[in-house]
Amino acid sequence: MSRASGPVVVIGCGRLGAYVAGELSRAGREVVVLDRRAEAFEALPAGFSGFTVEGDAGEYDALERAGLAKAGSVLACTANDNVNILAAQVAARVHGVPRVLARVFDTDRQELCDRLGIRTISPSEVLGVMFVRFLAEPDASDGPEGSDTSGGAA
Amino acid sequence: MPASLRIMLVGPGRTLYFLARSLLALGHHVTLVNADAAESAWLARHIQATVVHADGSVPAELGQAGATEADVLLAASRRDEDNLVICQAASVLFGVRRVLALVRDPEMEPVFRALGVEAAFSLNRVLTELLERRVVDRNVRDLIPLGEGQASLTEIELGPKAPAAGRTLAQLALPADSLVACVFRDATVLIPRGDTELRAGDRLVVLAMPGNHAAVLRRLAGA
Repeated sequence: MSRASGPVVVIGCGRLGAYVAGELSRAGREVVVLDRRAEAFEALPAGFSGFTVEGDAGEYDALERAGLAKAGSVLACTANDNVNILAAQVAARVHGVPRVLARVFDTDRQELCDRLGIRTISPSEVLGVMFVRFLAEPDASDGPEGSDTSGGAA
Repeated sequence: MPASLRIMLVGPGRTLYFLARSLLALGHHVTLVNADAAESAWLARHIQATVVHADGSVPAELGQAGATEADVLLAASRRDEDNLVICQAASVLFGVRRVLALVRDPEMEPVFRALGVEAAFSLNRVLTELLERRVVDRNVRDLIPLGEGQASLTEIELGPKAPAAGRTLAQLALPADSLVACVFRDATVLIPRGDTELRAGDRLVVLAMPGNHAAVLRRLAGA
């Protein structure tokens, strides 16, 4: 069994973390979710079959208990950029997790991560790109029947 | 005294206030980066250092505080993730040559070092070592534990009745894995050799292991 097929560790059980954990669990993946507040796990869907771990992702012990040593992939998506950056590095450099992604809002921190070799996802950038594409979609009323069918693929 | 350095200290006020004062007294240029408005105002009134009200863990703010000009930076904020980003932003984005971190979680010490922050210390480890120290003697002053508590550096004064007084290092036959690194005698410093004779009143800097530490100090200074 290769390391890459190890459990997915989701760090931070906010909207994004709960969504990703729920979807992966539904798809049959082994998932562990870490959050420092037990109440956060209520956001997980009813059928969630993974594990939850309570702990502060800024503390080494909590990251270990979340199972980084065996993890195949990690998504660091707490509300705090710096926690995500720390957790991502502990995962990738200390525990050798093959696939690590950190959510980082601040563009300077994103640049820092690029230079450190940490893969990040910036919500503003992603949404910005999507919105620009949306604006470029043809208007529905340009269609031949002038109907209100949706714009469709460009 | 080393040449005057441009030192940046990032973190909450009281810890760094006294440190800043000492560094200023040594002739260094100090910038304090403090995220609390009231504390920054207090510091600005009470100290000659440059005080910047900013969140050093936001790279743009650290840059605006003048990180590019700093020779050395200490990250001592309450959260380790902030300390890590402060240190990494300082070296990677702003080219600060030396960065130090005072980490909160002792388990993060080796992690920081693995992530490129060479100088990472936790108070926890130093205090634990001191609290667990079995040798309690007013003539013994602990310096620092080294490595992961694998060795220790201690300063000890030889009283008039010390076994080592009047004997050479070779005669003392100290346990293996220990070393008298230097001897402070009056206003001078000696690096001792086997034939160096120790005297009452000498202050010795002793390098030893936890396992033989007490035995070495007894052999030198007595029970």
